[in-house]
Amino acid sequence: MKLGLVIDADNCVGCQACVVACKQWNTSGTLGPLTDHDPYGDEPSGVAFNRVRSYEVGVFPNSKTVNMPMSCMHCETAECVTVCPTGASYKRQEDGIVLVDQDKCMGCNLCAWACPYGARELDDVSGTMKKCTLCVDRIYDDALPEEERQPVCVLTCPSNARHFGDFDDPDSHVNRLVRERGGQQSLPELGYNPVNRYLPPRNKPHVGQERGTTPGGFADRLKGWLSRSVSR
Amino acid sequence: MHDMGSTMLNSILRGSFAPSIGEAGERSEAPALPAFEDHSGQERRYTTCYMCACRCGIEVTLENDQIRFIRGNPYHPVNKGVLCAKGNAGIMKQLSPAKLRNPLMRKPGTERGEGEFREVSWDTALDYLTQRLRDIRRTDPNKLAFFTGRDQMQALTGLWAQQFGTLNWASHGGFCSVNMAAAGLYSIGQSFWEFGDPDWDRTKYFMLWGVAEDHASNPIKIGIERFKRRGGKFVAINPVRTGYQAVADEWVPIRPGTDAALALAMCHVLLSRDLVDWEYLGRYTNAPFLVIDAPGTSHHGMIARDSDGQPLVWDINGECVADGMEAGVDAALFGEYTLPDGRPTRTVATLMAEKYLDDSYSPKRAAAVCGVPAETIERLAMEMAHVAFRETIEIPCEWTDWAGRKHDRFIGRPVAMHAMRGISAHSNGFQTCRALHLLQLLLGTIDVPGGHRAKAPFPRHTPPPNKPAQRSAPNAPLDASPLGFPTAPEDLVVDEQGRPLRIDKAFSWEAPLANHGLMHMVITNAVNGDPYPIDTLILFMANMAWNSTMNTASVQEMLRAKDENGEYKLPFLVVVDAFHSETVNFADLVLPDTTYLERHDVISMLDRPISEPDAAGDSVRIPVLEPDRNVRPWQEVMVDLAGRLGLPEFVDGDGRPKYAGYTDFIARWEKTPGIGFLAGWRGEQGDRHMRGAPNLDQWKRYEENQGFFQHHLPEHMRFYRFANRDYLKWAKDVGFNASSKPIVMELYSEVLQRFRLAGQGVYDGPLPPKTMDRERLKRYFDPLPHYYPPLEEQAIDQERYPFHAVTQRPMFMYHSWDSQNAWLRQIATQNFLFMNRTRAEELGIADESWVWLESHNGRVRGQVKHMEGCQPDTVWTWNALGKQSGAWGLSPDAPEARKAFLMNHLISELLPDAHSEGRLGNGDPITGQAGWYDLRVRIVPATDRDSETSQPQFPSIQPLPGADQPPSLLRYTTHEPVRLVRSMLDIIKRR
Repeated sequence: MKLGLVIDADNCVGCQACVVACKQWNTSGTLGPLTDHDPYGDEPSGVAFNRVRSYEVGVFPNSKTVNMPMSCMHCETAECVTVCPTGASYKRQEDGIVLVDQDKCMGCNLCAWACPYGARELDDVSGTMKKCTLCVDRIYDDALPEEERQPVCVLTCPSNARHFGDFDDPDSHVNRLVRERGGQQSLPELGYNPVNRYLPPRNKPHVGQERGTTPGGFADRLKGWLSRSVSR
Repeated sequence: MHDMGSTMLNSILRGSFAPSIGEAGERSEAPALPAFEDHSGQERRYTTCYMCACRCGIEVTLENDQIRFIRGNPYHPVNKGVLCAKGNAGIMKQLSPAKLRNPLMRKPGTERGEGEFREVSWDTALDYLTQRLRDIRRTDPNKLAFFTGRDQMQALTGLWAQQFGTLNWASHGGFCSVNMAAAGLYSIGQSFWEFGDPDWDRTKYFMLWGVAEDHASNPIKIGIERFKRRGGKFVAINPVRTGYQAVADEWVPIRPGTDAALALAMCHVLLSRDLVDWEYLGRYTNAPFLVIDAPGTSHHGMIARDSDGQPLVWDINGECVADGMEAGVDAALFGEYTLPDGRPTRTVATLMAEKYLDDSYSPKRAAAVCGVPAETIERLAMEMAHVAFRETIEIPCEWTDWAGRKHDRFIGRPVAMHAMRGISAHSNGFQTCRALHLLQLLLGTIDVPGGHRAKAPFPRHTPPPNKPAQRSAPNAPLDASPLGFPTAPEDLVVDEQGRPLRIDKAFSWEAPLANHGLMHMVITNAVNGDPYPIDTLILFMANMAWNSTMNTASVQEMLRAKDENGEYKLPFLVVVDAFHSETVNFADLVLPDTTYLERHDVISMLDRPISEPDAAGDSVRIPVLEPDRNVRPWQEVMVDLAGRLGLPEFVDGDGRPKYAGYTDFIARWEKTPGIGFLAGWRGEQGDRHMRGAPNLDQWKRYEENQGFFQHHLPEHMRFYRFANRDYLKWAKDVGFNASSKPIVMELYSEVLQRFRLAGQGVYDGPLPPKTMDRERLKRYFDPLPHYYPPLEEQAIDQERYPFHAVTQRPMFMYHSWDSQNAWLRQIATQNFLFMNRTRAEELGIADESWVWLESHNGRVRGQVKHMEGCQPDTVWTWNALGKQSGAWGLSPDAPEARKAFLMNHLISELLPDAHSEGRLGNGDPITGQAGWYDLRVRIVPATDRDSETSQPQFPSIQPLPGADQPPSLLRYTTHEPVRLVRSMLDIIKRR
C-alpha cells in the first residue's frame, strides 16, 4: 500500500482550512502537543505540518494565482530517512507513511535540511522533529466510523481540493484523479519521487457565443418588438 | 461529501492493510498500532459555529472537559462536513486571553477611554442599567440607541427595541450589505447569500461580482468546486485575483465601483441583439405594465392602475387597457398606449429598451469607465446568452402557476451569479445591485433551474409589506418594528418639518430606503446632537471604536468629547462583548458575553435562517462548555432586562417576568399563533413543523437532531416560486408572506419614482425641505437601474487621488475577531498594501517599501507588496488585521499594532464638504449604505527610514482588572500523546 494525497490546485482557494484543521487535530494527536511560541506576542510561531503557499504565474492581466498546500510528500526515495543518524525517521513498509519516532529523535535537524519541501518542523520544546503523519492516528482507528478514517485536511477542505488514498491500487480514487487530470509530482527533478500529486489547472471550458440578430438600436429593435405580447 | 474518497478507503480497510503487505516474516514484525485515542473518555456534541456569520454545523468532541476536536457536521445543510480555517480554530477562540471575565464599570473620577475599570457584580450592573433604562423609557425612549454588530438574533433584539419603544435600533447592515439586500427585495423579492444561492448543481455559467469571500464562506467554496467539476465556466469580475478568483476560468479585472456600467453594457448587448427572455419578462415581471407619461405631474412615471389599484397593461386582442394581474390577458410588451382618460403611457419594457439601447450604455462607453475592453463585455454577454438560450434545462414536473394553470416542466436558464460586499459597499451599490438583477431577469434566470434560487423565507413581495415604525411614546412599545420597507415618502421616519426622527437618520430624505439602519452614523450624530442628543448607547458585538467604523481616530475623540458642562456628549456607553476589543475600552459599563460554545442561540426563520433552495431550515446553538468566568449570554440578559423593565411581551398580566430565561422564551413566545422562533418540532407533541403550538421539549428535539431542522419542499414547489401557486400558498400558511398573491419582479421601480417625484417637487404628498435632498432624489432615484460615479469620487480631485483603495477580509479571519487567536494569527500578523507591480515600478515604489497612503480625510503608513493580479488603478489590503496596542489580549508591541494598519482612518463617515450644503453621510443616497469601498487615495513613499512602523499609532490600552498574563508558550493537548514506536529490528534490517 502506498498512501498519500492528491491536491487539486484547480480548486484550492487558499483558505487555510487544511492548515488549521491539521494543527487542531495533531496538537492532541500522536505527535502532540505542537508547540506555539509567543502566541500572543510580537513574533508568534508554532509547529505546523501543513502550510499553504500562494504564488502568481504570468503577468497582469494574464496572471493566475496558484495556491499550493505543502506537507510531507511521503517520498519513495525519502532522503530525510536516509540521513537520520538515529533511525528515528522511517518510512513504514506497510503503507509508505514517513514518520518520526519521537523516542529516538534527538532533534539534530539533518532530516529537515534534507527535505526540499520544507515538510519537517522541529519542536524545540520536545526537542524532536515533527511532521505530517497522514493522520495515522485516524486512518487506522477502527473506533472511528469508516468515513472519518481520513486525514483531517482532506475531511475539512471546503473546496474538495484534497484527496487521500492508495497509489498502489490502480483503481483507487487518487490514481483515477491523477490519470484523468494529469497529476504531477512537485519538484520531480530532485529525484525523491514524492508520492503526493498535484492536479494542475484544468483547461478552460469553451462556451459558445449566441450572436442573436444583427445588433440594432432602439428604433430598429422596436419595429420587431411592437407586435410582441405575452399571455399574463 | 467526499464520496469517492470514502469508497476508496473502504477498500483499503476492508481487508486491513496487513495481509497484503510484504513477506510473511516481515509482517509478523510489524507491531500492532496502539490505540491512539481513548474514545470512551470522549463525547461528541453538536452546535452551530460562530467563527463567522456562515452558520456551519459543527461537531465538538470533548475530552477531559476540554475540546479535543471541532469538525464540520457531515449532515448539516450549510457546510456538509467541511469547515474553514476559522471554524477549525475554535479551540483557540475559547482559550483567548482577551475573554472578558466580569461585568465592569468605569472607575469614578477616571476619563472615558483611559481603561480604568472596576469589576462589579451582575446585580450591580443590571440594577444600575435597569434604573437608567427605566428613566429613559418613562421620558423619551428614543434616548436609548441600541445597535448590534454580527449578532444573529435580530428578531430578538428588534423585538426588544420595539417593546422598549425606541426607534433607534438596528444591526450592522448599514455598513455591511444593505444595498444588496434592499436592491434585491425591492426588485426580485430575494437577493444573494442568505436570500438565495446559485443553483450549483445545475448551473453552467457562474459569474461572481466583487469581493465575496466572506459571504458565504464554506457554501460558496463547496458550490464552486461542484460547479467546476461539472465543467461549467466560472467568470470572476473583481479588481483583485485572490481567493475564489484564483480558481476562476476567466478573471475580469474591473475598476472598483463601476460594476453597474459593466452590467448595463451587457444588458445593452443583449437588447441590441434581441437575446432576451421576453416570455419570462412578460409573465413574471412588470415589463408589460403601462407607465404614465405626464412630465411635470404627480403621476408621471407611475404605473397606470385601475380603480382597485391593479396595474394596467395593454390587451393586444381587445385593444384596450386591462388588469395586468388578470390571468391570461394578452399583454403588449412594447408600445405607446393611451389610457381611457387620455393620458399617454408606454410599457416598462419600452422604457427599459430605450434607455439601455442608447449609445451611452454601449460596451465602448462602459469600457472607458470600468476598464474592461468592449470586446470582452460583448463576448461575456453573448456567452451568457448562449448558455441561457442554447443550453436550456428542462425539468419535467407538473406545477401550477398563480393563476391555476398547469405546466408540465420547469424551464431553466443555467446562468447564475453571486455578489456581495464588493458591489454593496459603494455609494452606487443599490443601483448596481439592481443592474445585476436586471441582467439576471433579461436572461430569465431568477428562481429557475440552473439560475439563482431563493431560499425560504424568500422570495417575499417586492418589497415586503412591513413599514418602519414612525412614532415612539413614553412607556409604550412601538406599533411596528423600527425597521421596514418604505414604499412612499409618507413612510419616512421624519417629523412634520421633514427632519429625521431616528438618530442614524435612516428612513429620512437623506436615506429613504435605509432598511438596515445606519449604525455607522450613530456615534457621530449622537455626539453632534444631530438630529438630537441621546442618553445611552448600547453596542452589542460591534467594534465601533476601531475597525467597524469609518474615521476611527475621530470616532474615538467623539467618544471622549464633553460639552461645556464637562459632561460627555454621549452620556452613557454600554458595550456588550465577549472579548477585550478597542470599543470595550471606551465603555462606561461592560457586560461580558459568553463565547459561542457556551451559549444557546437560535438561527431563526424569523431572522436569517439556514435555508437551502430546496429546504427551509433553522438551527440552534447548544452550550458544549460551561463558562469558567462571571459571564452571561446577552440574549439571556436581554430577557432578564425586559422582565425588569416590564416590557409587555416579556411580562404577564401582573407585570411579572413571563419567561424563566432565554430558552423558555424561545420555546414559548409566538409571533402569531403557531409561529415562533424555531420552526421544527412544534405542537404539544412535537409532531408539527413550520407552524404549531409551542413545544416545551423543542430544544431537546433540536439537540437530538444535531441542532438543526429542515423542511424539504416537494419538487413542484422548488422553482418559479414568485408565481408558483402551491409554494405561495404554503409560504403564507407558514408565515413567510402576508399574502399568497404572485410576486411581481420589478424591472421598473415605482417606489423609486415616487421619491424622484418628491425630489422634483411634484409628488402629491410630503416633499423634502432641503435642496440638497431634492437634488439627490432627482439624480439617483432612477426607477430603472443606472450607473453614476461613487459620491466620494464626484467630490474629490481624482488626479490628486488616482487610486481606488479597497479591502477584503482574509479567509482565515473574521473582522477583528481572530488576531486574538493563537493559531490564526500565525498565518498573518500584518497586512500589506497590495498594488499592481508594473504600476508600482512606474511610480518608483519598491516591493516591501513603506508608503503613506493619503485620502481627503487623512493618511496612514503601511508596507507595500507588489502583485500581478491587481487592477492597476486599485490598491487593496486585508481589513481589521490592525489593532490598537494592548487590545485583544495581545502584547503592546504585537505586529498587529506596530506594523499593521487600518484603512478606516482614511474613510470619512461624511462626504467631503465640497459636495453638500450640509452634513451628508458617506453612503448610498438611496439606502444610506456606508460607501467604504469608494475610497480614493494617493501613495507617497515614506522617507522616514528609521521608522518602519505603521501610522497612526495610538496609546496602549491597559489590561483589564483580573486579566491573566497571556502565556508565552502554548502546548495545547487534551491527553498524553500515544506515540508510535519504531522497533529496533526494523531499524537494523532496513538501514
